[in-house]
Amino acid sequence: MTSPQPPTAIVIRSAGINCDAEMVRGFELAGARVDLVHLDRVMSEPGMLKKYDLIGFPGGFSYGDDIGAGRVFGTRVREHLYGALRDAAERGTPMIGICNGFQVLVQTGLLPGFAHGVWPTEPPESTVALAENAGARFIDRWVRMEVPAETRCIWTRGLTDDAELMTLPIAHGEGRFVVDSERTLASIERNGQVALRYAGDDNPNGSAGNIAGICDPSGRIFGLMPHPDRYLSWFNHPYWTRLAPEQRTGDPPGLRIFRNAVEAVRTVSA
Amino acid sequence: MTPPPMAPTGSPMRERETGSDPVRLVRIEVRPHERAGDPRGDALRKQAASIGVRAGAVRSALVYLIEGMLSDADVERVRARLLTNSVLETSVVGASSAAAGERTIEVHPLPGVMDPVAETVRATILELTGAECRVSTGKRFDVAGISEKQAAEIASRFLANPVIEAVHHAPHCPEHLAMFPGSESTVRHVTITTLGDEALRTLSREGHLFLSLDEMRAIQSYFREQGREPTDVELETLAQTWSEHCVHKTLKSTVRITPPAPPEDDVIDWTNRPDHVVNADGSVTIHNLLKSTVAAATNELIADGVDWTLSVFVDNSGIIRFDDEFGVCVKVETHNHPSAIEPYGGAATGVGGCIRDIIGTGLGATPIANTDIFCVAPPDMADIPNGCLHPKRILTQVVAGVRDYGNRMGIPTVNGAVHFDERYVGNPLVFCGSIGVIPAHLCKGAAKKGDRIIALGGRTGRDGIHGATFSSAELTDSHADEFSHAVQIGNAIEEKRTLDAILRARDVQGGPLYNAITDCGAGGFSSAVGEMGEKLGAEVHLDRAPLKYEGLRYDEIWISESQERMVLAVPSGNVAALQQICDEEQVELADLGHFGTENAELVLNYRGGEVGRLSMAFLHDGIPMPTREAKWEKPKVGVKPTAADADEIDIEKTLLKLLSDPNIASKRWIVRQYDHEVQGNTIIKPLVGPLGDGPGDAAVIQPVAGSKQGLAIACGMATALGDPNKGGDPYLMALAAIDECVRNLVCVGADPTRIAILDNFCWPSCDKPENMGSLVRAAEGCYDGAKAYRTPFISGKDSLHNQFRTDDGRLIEIPPTLLISGVGIVPGVSKCVTMDAKLLSPDKTGSCGIFITIGDDLKFANGQMVVDPIRCAAAAYAVHLVIQRGLALAVHDVSEGGVLLAVAEMAIASEEDCGIDADWEFLVPWNEEAGCEDETLVNHLQVGKYVVQLAGYSGGPEFEQVRACVFEASARFGLIPESIASIDAVLSEEDDIRRERDAIDILWCGHFTRSGNFNGIPTSTLRDAFFGTLDW
Repeated sequence: MTSPQPPTAIVIRSAGINCDAEMVRGFELAGARVDLVHLDRVMSEPGMLKKYDLIGFPGGFSYGDDIGAGRVFGTRVREHLYGALRDAAERGTPMIGICNGFQVLVQTGLLPGFAHGVWPTEPPESTVALAENAGARFIDRWVRMEVPAETRCIWTRGLTDDAELMTLPIAHGEGRFVVDSERTLASIERNGQVALRYAGDDNPNGSAGNIAGICDPSGRIFGLMPHPDRYLSWFNHPYWTRLAPEQRTGDPPGLRIFRNAVEAVRTVSA
Repeated sequence: MTPPPMAPTGSPMRERETGSDPVRLVRIEVRPHERAGDPRGDALRKQAASIGVRAGAVRSALVYLIEGMLSDADVERVRARLLTNSVLETSVVGASSAAAGERTIEVHPLPGVMDPVAETVRATILELTGAECRVSTGKRFDVAGISEKQAAEIASRFLANPVIEAVHHAPHCPEHLAMFPGSESTVRHVTITTLGDEALRTLSREGHLFLSLDEMRAIQSYFREQGREPTDVELETLAQTWSEHCVHKTLKSTVRITPPAPPEDDVIDWTNRPDHVVNADGSVTIHNLLKSTVAAATNELIADGVDWTLSVFVDNSGIIRFDDEFGVCVKVETHNHPSAIEPYGGAATGVGGCIRDIIGTGLGATPIANTDIFCVAPPDMADIPNGCLHPKRILTQVVAGVRDYGNRMGIPTVNGAVHFDERYVGNPLVFCGSIGVIPAHLCKGAAKKGDRIIALGGRTGRDGIHGATFSSAELTDSHADEFSHAVQIGNAIEEKRTLDAILRARDVQGGPLYNAITDCGAGGFSSAVGEMGEKLGAEVHLDRAPLKYEGLRYDEIWISESQERMVLAVPSGNVAALQQICDEEQVELADLGHFGTENAELVLNYRGGEVGRLSMAFLHDGIPMPTREAKWEKPKVGVKPTAADADEIDIEKTLLKLLSDPNIASKRWIVRQYDHEVQGNTIIKPLVGPLGDGPGDAAVIQPVAGSKQGLAIACGMATALGDPNKGGDPYLMALAAIDECVRNLVCVGADPTRIAILDNFCWPSCDKPENMGSLVRAAEGCYDGAKAYRTPFISGKDSLHNQFRTDDGRLIEIPPTLLISGVGIVPGVSKCVTMDAKLLSPDKTGSCGIFITIGDDLKFANGQMVVDPIRCAAAAYAVHLVIQRGLALAVHDVSEGGVLLAVAEMAIASEEDCGIDADWEFLVPWNEEAGCEDETLVNHLQVGKYVVQLAGYSGGPEFEQVRACVFEASARFGLIPESIASIDAVLSEEDDIRRERDAIDILWCGHFTRSGNFNGIPTSTLRDAFFGTLDW
């Protein structure tokens, strides 16, 4: 124990969010103390975000994903919480958006984000988005992942390179990563902001550059379509019954992602 | 600011403070941006091609019609900020014009049809702009290179169902959104006391009451005693409560069955059955069929030491003990008739209703998994009768309905099956199951006198009127028109919010804020309040129910089956606290009245006047129960196997045909559309193996975080064995279905002594004695099966009018269909096993592991397959011991297609280079009568048999250890004496022979290899056959 006070995380839910329990469990297993708070409450008291060392936007179908995935949640955050979240970004607070949470982060302008000190005061226009899967259908399956060596992302550091273990489940209808221009894509790539890619040729939704997750230039704000929150135990692995027991030791990659951020916060405060 | 709960779309517009913007209707059209592609358009193009329409490019768009007092700036803000994602979409106010050569198809919901997207848009516009609007949505497609006729065909095949949607062939931009037509709410009395029999029959049919003459007479005499005529709402209440759907009058009736003679020819022994009386003429009288078979088995098992059930047959779902702290509850329902008319909405609301049953169990359970099973006509069926939707459309739409509802609710769909038969063409079956976890001390609830009747969740509309009575009628070609008001569209997020609020209200410090809870399902408020207030009576003020739109009559409010509503009995002192939670979760709460009236009557009021008053006793116990006649004759067509000529056996052809049979072929295109991982507790997935596409036997979830125990979930169906037209016997079908369910559960590691099962009978009309006879036989099979396996039934449901009458008068009855669903406790999840072959590193012979079978060969007697449930139960226990002792790397049940197919599936599910090396004779059943292997027999459903890959090589100790398990299990079930069970015992030759003869069979079969070659057939060929058929 490096610090007597565990880091604190806030997980923000709304109607239709349904992966909040897994995200809470992920932060807790990684050593954080977690509050699960309704978006309405955060909107009525944006200052509360200052209390937290980590911020999480979980998956689900916020407001039914009616109109578009994460659109209503994203619009509400953009209108009411952008300032508080920008301040948190400037403070270096790690944030994660998984699946629907990723869709929210890109629509609020928090991703691909800005370098320290140059975050705009008003919400910026979106430059990336998650479009309907190329197959026009919801897909749930496990997909092999790889972490680009040059990534700045603090969340995906040190993940195993054992191809059998480095896999994550996707479950979405709108997860195809699309950019507004080649320049945006080039800049994300060049800046080391690609945090996670679908490995090999197995691109399940037609994402540009096989991109499964990106981070902001500081590497602390992370959004991804796959669900690390569903890989907190080795029993979650899609074919753990085939793995040797000695393969199933230590943190599974999903838990390691949460642990990375919690440890990063702990190190700073210690 | 909190968006208010969904207000009625038809509520009067309020003056805004600025006050100057006129009410107007704005059309906003949103299209995919070029850079984002158009998957929805591409998908429609592909669908069109599947019916031979070669379209050019297809462009899709979303259409929003918004009517309200919006300024230009408001409209721009809504368009740009809310409705358009600038990276992905472009949008215009108004309508864009179609390009040259394009035809426009635009689909809009009919007035009054649930439109969840419109509700969300309305609430968000209110928050963004402060303007109250009415909203409607539509989908637009511009299709190049098609004719007018083709456009109509595409619309009717893939885009719109006239029951709920209107098709426009130009951009739709009305001046105003249509209001739902209202009707007068004056009290109507219905003359019944003076009617003759014929007039009673007419009243029942034309009023959509679907009551029998006896029942109409009982109602007539009740109102004669009261000295008055009933009001319409009283008559409706009785019809709902007495519907087959709600009261299960067929299964609870007294039945007299004439079994086949002579008795020794019958596989059923009719003597010594609970509440069965064998009459002098050989017929058998059964008092309350359900109680004397399915429920009797459970009660006898409980009396005989099964001590882990917590609540059976009395609540919205059955509950078993999971551990000291928690119970697990399970419910499986059907939603057949709604799905026949509107498959998407029918299936989605089937899921939604089943989930509400879980939420409404005890004092509230948390849903943790869903299941779904469909029975439909083959997708390539040629002659579709008028009035039926195409089976491929039905299947894709029911899958989409389950997907969209279950995924949005955040409940993993983990198990299912699809069965194809032409007789489901007009009456498909859609089974939806849901499983919940509940604190063990919250398993019972009961309303108390004075409790408020609180409705939570969705508003009441005119959708789903007469669902309960409609489900109890025969379908005909004109039902889609006649019963369009029974159709409902779900709104999963409404239900999710309601669930969130209820769980908070359940878990407040000091215990739940309510004394009882139930869902509004069939019959709506009438059933929910009627059931909760059965002992106490209830006073209801129908005008207090929040409505989706003005103009509903009081009787419509009372029986509407609008979705996403729950009813709670709340002590007055707790209403404020509950209101607070509901406000925070954006759930609407309405206080409809109170429980407890003088004389325990049901009293209905509307706008200050009484519109109905019924005695609860008459409502619940007044239904006459006539004795039903049932008949069973031994089928004339025998299933006696005929041996194939040895020269004609072509195993490769047989195997490929089996693998590509739609009933067997991979359903991965369905499974992968369901979120089976949400909640993060699915540890054995529905698809298994290194490639994530092997057909697993059962799923395993961890219901309680941190517990080492798991819960296996599976189902069993054996329709082919029960089909009277094919010489089947529903008695055997029931035994085989239970066996399949048990085997599926045991295969992944469930403890066979901790399995609970559920029954769902779907039958054609049981007014016909032959159908009643087959129903009785299936019920007797359930009794014998449950007793033998010691698997109590904990809940069940029946649907008994599944037949379709074509416009030329032909009657299509579905085959008698029994679904057995089951859950089993997995003692330690680390011992779970999956069915994919695990290739060990090759030994010097090239073997990568050996596989054996456990369980008896097929046996026939008198032309019937013999099923001995005790021997099957012993086999299940043996396999459980094998798994618990770590002797198995892979286990798979043997069903359609026999050992041959089971091993093929294990190889397909394994690595790409998996093959086998075995003698065909070990994979093909032995035909006793013909004295040879017989590949025609692989088509038979098999029972009590498993393929097991041993955890070792040939010559290892595992085979002997498995034999020990088999002897131990055989002794436990009395097949051999305990004294000779031990494999270490020194036995006389006679005992040794007896042990081998009487214990269940084990057979050494062959090797898995890394040859990529399945005994001469490339495994890749098998994969292509297995995955190709249904890869839509």
